[in-house]
Amino acid sequence: MCGTCGCGSGDGSITIAKPKQEIKQYSHDHEHHHGEHHHHHKTVIDIEKDILQQNNVEAARNRGYFEAKNIFAINLVSSPGSGKTSILERTLKDLKEDLDFYVIEGDQQTFNDANRIDALDIPVVQINTGKGCHLESNMIYDAVKQLQPKDNSILMIENVGNLVCPSMFDLGEKKRVVILSITEGEDKPIKYPDMFLSSDICIINKIDLLPHLNFDIEKLKEYALRVNHHLEFFEVSATTGQGMENWYSWLKTQMAEAELNNS
Amino acid sequence: MHELSIAIGIVNIADKECKKSGKEKVELIELEIGTLSGIQLDSLEYVWEAAVKDTILEKSERKIHQIQAQAICLECELPYKLDHIYDGCPICNSYFRNIIKGQELRVKSLEVS
Repeated sequence: MCGTCGCGSGDGSITIAKPKQEIKQYSHDHEHHHGEHHHHHKTVIDIEKDILQQNNVEAARNRGYFEAKNIFAINLVSSPGSGKTSILERTLKDLKEDLDFYVIEGDQQTFNDANRIDALDIPVVQINTGKGCHLESNMIYDAVKQLQPKDNSILMIENVGNLVCPSMFDLGEKKRVVILSITEGEDKPIKYPDMFLSSDICIINKIDLLPHLNFDIEKLKEYALRVNHHLEFFEVSATTGQGMENWYSWLKTQMAEAELNNS
Repeated sequence: MHELSIAIGIVNIADKECKKSGKEKVELIELEIGTLSGIQLDSLEYVWEAAVKDTILEKSERKIHQIQAQAICLECELPYKLDHIYDGCPICNSYFRNIIKGQELRVKSLEVS
């Protein structure tokens, strides 16, 4: 345990493992400084360094690896309960004959999500962040080393369910996909704008419930576009499969384009 | 609470830069934080003490320069102040804009001795 901030302690520690695999403890990078200091002349050093630089550099390393191997990496973000894992499961079930998938699951605790993916015979690594509220690039780096994804594949990274913190941490993904379900309220994009600003795609899930709810999809889109006018939308139901075809053809197009660019 | 990761990142940068300069003590650290950087200043304040304890920043003074977010309208090219990410252009009401300032999250300088 780190005596300074309590990180890495007990059930707060980070583990990265495949289902049914022995768990290796993971320690994070945290420099400590002790001892007495002597007084000398003062000097001002201009640094102008991005505080997220370390994560960004590691994200760039991941991105380079993905590009070289033509791996299309997607970072799936949302609040808990919007249906990230259900969309992922349905996508894998429907497309696993056509495309090669690999999955990294991020949760604070449990192997539940990885077990759901494992049941579909898709290679998966679970990252348990302990007390951590988001994934960082170095965790992806280590998870990818365990996964060993093949060239020309899709890597789905399911981030920790949290609409705030993951927005600041680039993982090296090609596209960031924010998922929102219509049980959540139309104004989520302006309540949690950072995530919508940093995303490329917005999937609106649970549209099968539309007849039972007083939900205005157009209003939701209008709010989301105020935050980020580049956003593309897909309206789906992971339960009934409604609208999933559009999402699938987008995925296939992205893969086809990537292969074309790499050939 | 990603502010803890941010605070630890600040400590790591200060530690590295101070060592590089051959000095031993950080008297003052200056940060530049944009109003749209995604950092809640009171949350940073909250985790600061725990993050810097036993590190080179434990006794350092900290100065935060807040940078007001600004956008430039892509329709009428007006530069305007953004209080929220979703603010439209005050003249033409368009939401097509580029954010030109306010997402900074930087260690500006260190005063070492």
